[in-house]
Amino acid sequence: MQHEHIDSVKTYALVLIVLLSLTVLTTWVSFIDLGNFSVVAALVIAVTKMLLVSLFFMHLRYSTLLTRLVILGGLMWLAILLLLTLTDFFTRGWMGVPGR
Amino acid sequence: MASEAQATQPETLALREQFDTAEQQKDASTLAMWIFLITEVMFFGGMFAAYTIYRSTYPTVFAIASTSLNVVVGAINTCVLLLSSFTMVMAVRAGQLGHRNLIVFFLILTLIFGCIFLGVKAYEWNEKFEEHHIPGQAEFHLEGTPLQGPAKLFFSLYFAMTGLHALHMVVGVGILTVLIVQARKGKFSADYFTPIDISGLYWHFVDIVWIFLFPLLYLIDRHLPK
Repeated sequence: MQHEHIDSVKTYALVLIVLLSLTVLTTWVSFIDLGNFSVVAALVIAVTKMLLVSLFFMHLRYSTLLTRLVILGGLMWLAILLLLTLTDFFTRGWMGVPGR
Repeated sequence: MASEAQATQPETLALREQFDTAEQQKDASTLAMWIFLITEVMFFGGMFAAYTIYRSTYPTVFAIASTSLNVVVGAINTCVLLLSSFTMVMAVRAGQLGHRNLIVFFLILTLIFGCIFLGVKAYEWNEKFEEHHIPGQAEFHLEGTPLQGPAKLFFSLYFAMTGLHALHMVVGVGILTVLIVQARKGKFSADYFTPIDISGLYWHFVDIVWIFLFPLLYLIDRHLPK
């Protein structure tokens, strides 16, 4: 297929090394007291790893506009699932509700 | 006339009758796979939502329960899975270049890494069984907290999430086996390797799920004295 983008082995190897390093980093950082930022650090590293895997290993960098739009739409639904569930759950105690 | 076009250009694996070009066919397959993966994202998303709610409700118990998991084994298993993603993308690359022997080689490597991951997971689950950390066991007991109910919640989520992840791995191993058999028969070439490509997307997606599961299950407040 003539339109195929082929990455070099070096690129993939580099991504792998970064992914492995980030795994060590996230393990190491969990033993340090960062208070509430522990979970933030863990999630930032996880999202970085997700982006590396999807952009390089899943070839998202070369994907069509339609594919990107579908993924973006899917992530929006995930955000609705998580955010609306959590806004409900975390605000329940804010006001006294009769009968509860 | 369609029949005439058919006669001049016979249908191939790379270009089925209903597509105009091979590129269009490949784009359609990729898009369809991503739509399936989005449904998988929503499927796992529900469990991550449940996890977030219960972890925020019982932060201390979740930290204690998380620390009882074996962090070294978990980290090594994460690395094994990342390695398998690397060999998978190398198999796709071999497909792009049309190196048939390399396709088989890297698919087998991916299969081996996937099996190692599942083996280590089985070892960890057995450890939980012996430590009486399986909710539903009559002897269930988590040391260091009086709140045994929330502790059961953590381990229920742990087994549901790692269990469904492992189930996806088992499916992936099955897919890889089929691909290896087909690749050995010489089905794939630089013109047609779509099954390897989209199976790769699935394999990397399962990897991404674990990328989130590992810090969320194994690494909660490891610094706290227990």
